[in-house]
Amino acid sequence: MNLRRDVFQAIADPTRRAILLLLATQAMTAGAIASNFDTARPTVSKHLQILTECELLKQEQNGREIYYHINAKKMKEVDEFIEPFRKMWDERFNKLESIMKNYKPKK
Amino acid sequence: MEQKTKINAEDGKQELVITREFELPVDLLFKAYAEPELVEQWMGTKVLKLESKKHGSYHFESSDHKGNKYGFHGVIHEFIPNQKIIKTFEMENTPFGVQLEVYQFEPITEDTSKLTMHVVYESVAQRDQVLKMPFAQGINMAHNRLQEIVSKLTDQLTHQ
Repeated sequence: MNLRRDVFQAIADPTRRAILLLLATQAMTAGAIASNFDTARPTVSKHLQILTECELLKQEQNGREIYYHINAKKMKEVDEFIEPFRKMWDERFNKLESIMKNYKPKK
Repeated sequence: MEQKTKINAEDGKQELVITREFELPVDLLFKAYAEPELVEQWMGTKVLKLESKKHGSYHFESSDHKGNKYGFHGVIHEFIPNQKIIKTFEMENTPFGVQLEVYQFEPITEDTSKLTMHVVYESVAQRDQVLKMPFAQGINMAHNRLQEIVSKLTDQLTHQ
């Protein structure tokens, strides 16, 4: 349960969102990611650590380098957090539709 | 299958748009929002007051299975039959604040119609809170179920 809440905390930060956006198209090393930001490298490392801990990013060893890439499965889960909200409305509207289909005006 | 109800909630904005297509003529869809008896039926709420007109207001009251009552109310700013309703919505005794709702009713064919509901919240944080509420409730329910199972297991173990 806590893990899931952490995912939302993780994406609440603008730098971390920017990192996710950056990695959306390609896997990158920590150094390459850091070069895109004005923030100090240890700060970027900390962000990467948080994103990795809540499984939004995965690390992959490639020779001597570690590449970060997006964990699509986890990202999808985050995307689906509004699904219960959508479902709630969908059910409400279904009810409206079925009631109105049976509606007979009183005359 | 394409989803009938769609939610568009862009990151960092204090608004959202809900759209839905109905297998109903637009006048029947509109009626469901305008007539107290119909609102009571599909929303499952008691209508204490509903003045379906410009400068009107409404007051609804729902109760849960425990008998707790939840009131919500608002004022109606615009009311154009079969086209448009603009109103405010506020849940009583909650920290969610007031939201502004713009309902657009459109015919698609003679027998089908579309509702676009544009909701503006007081802040981004408030919108996100409202959006996450059903999600959080779902997690709480899962959590409660888990606790139930765990306590049953412990009961069984202690009675062995």
